[in-house]
Amino acid sequence: MDSHNIMFVILAVFIVLSSIATVTTKSIVRAATYLLFVLIGTAGLYFLMGYTFLGSVQVMVYAGGIVVLYVFSILLTSGNHEVLSKNTKLKIASSALLSVVGLGVFLFFLFKEQFKAAALGAPDESVITMDRIGRFMLSTDSQGYLLPFEAVSVLLLACIVAGLLIARKR
Amino acid sequence: MIQLEYVLIISAVMMFAGVYGFLTRRSTLAILLSIELMLNSTDINFAVFNRMLHPEGHEGYFFALFSIAISAAESAVAIAIMINIYRMLKNISVDKLEKMKW
Repeated sequence: MDSHNIMFVILAVFIVLSSIATVTTKSIVRAATYLLFVLIGTAGLYFLMGYTFLGSVQVMVYAGGIVVLYVFSILLTSGNHEVLSKNTKLKIASSALLSVVGLGVFLFFLFKEQFKAAALGAPDESVITMDRIGRFMLSTDSQGYLLPFEAVSVLLLACIVAGLLIARKR
Repeated sequence: MIQLEYVLIISAVMMFAGVYGFLTRRSTLAILLSIELMLNSTDINFAVFNRMLHPEGHEGYFFALFSIAISAAESAVAIAIMINIYRMLKNISVDKLEKMKW
């Protein structure tokens, strides 16, 4: 067994356990911490696929930005002493049943249809290089992504303005 | 060896954990955490389909990249709304949000 396969198994167990803990833990600060673990594990998966830039963006934006934003807003609003799940047993059981049945149906169709994909080998950074990412991001031909790039920049500006406008003191 | 199905199983578990959290949580911030789980699982799917079914392409890669940017914008605006709700109602539980009905 190669080292990247061992790393994949470790990451898979880590991600699955953390994502289940995110939705079942009692404390919301712990839920945010488990979400951080899930996001970092996902970045590890991207690194295993050879998508190093995507993994770095995942670590910087999700783990560095969004989770910190969540933790701050948790502390600003409720704090740690909030009742997270005050549901009847019936509702929890039916939600769990819905999720498990959905997962079962998904896995059934996943294994019914055979994908013609080769197994992933050792991490290979040359599948998409930084040079090609930059060229795709700023080119205007049929392969280019200049229009969504600019649209995202306008969206982020609108989001900054909207965040300030909504959360300001009156 | 790492097969495509294994990565899809991870993302499916993450997705349905998010669905479960979305249905059972009472605090709006915890619901947002579940939504982040679901968005993250779709990002994994985009990246892994691109890498393992069409490795010379780049569409799933860029879709995941833009999806990360858009979910950052979404959570920023949603958290601003939560803070505003907290100022008005001193509580962000979904049971107490009856003022937003009309």
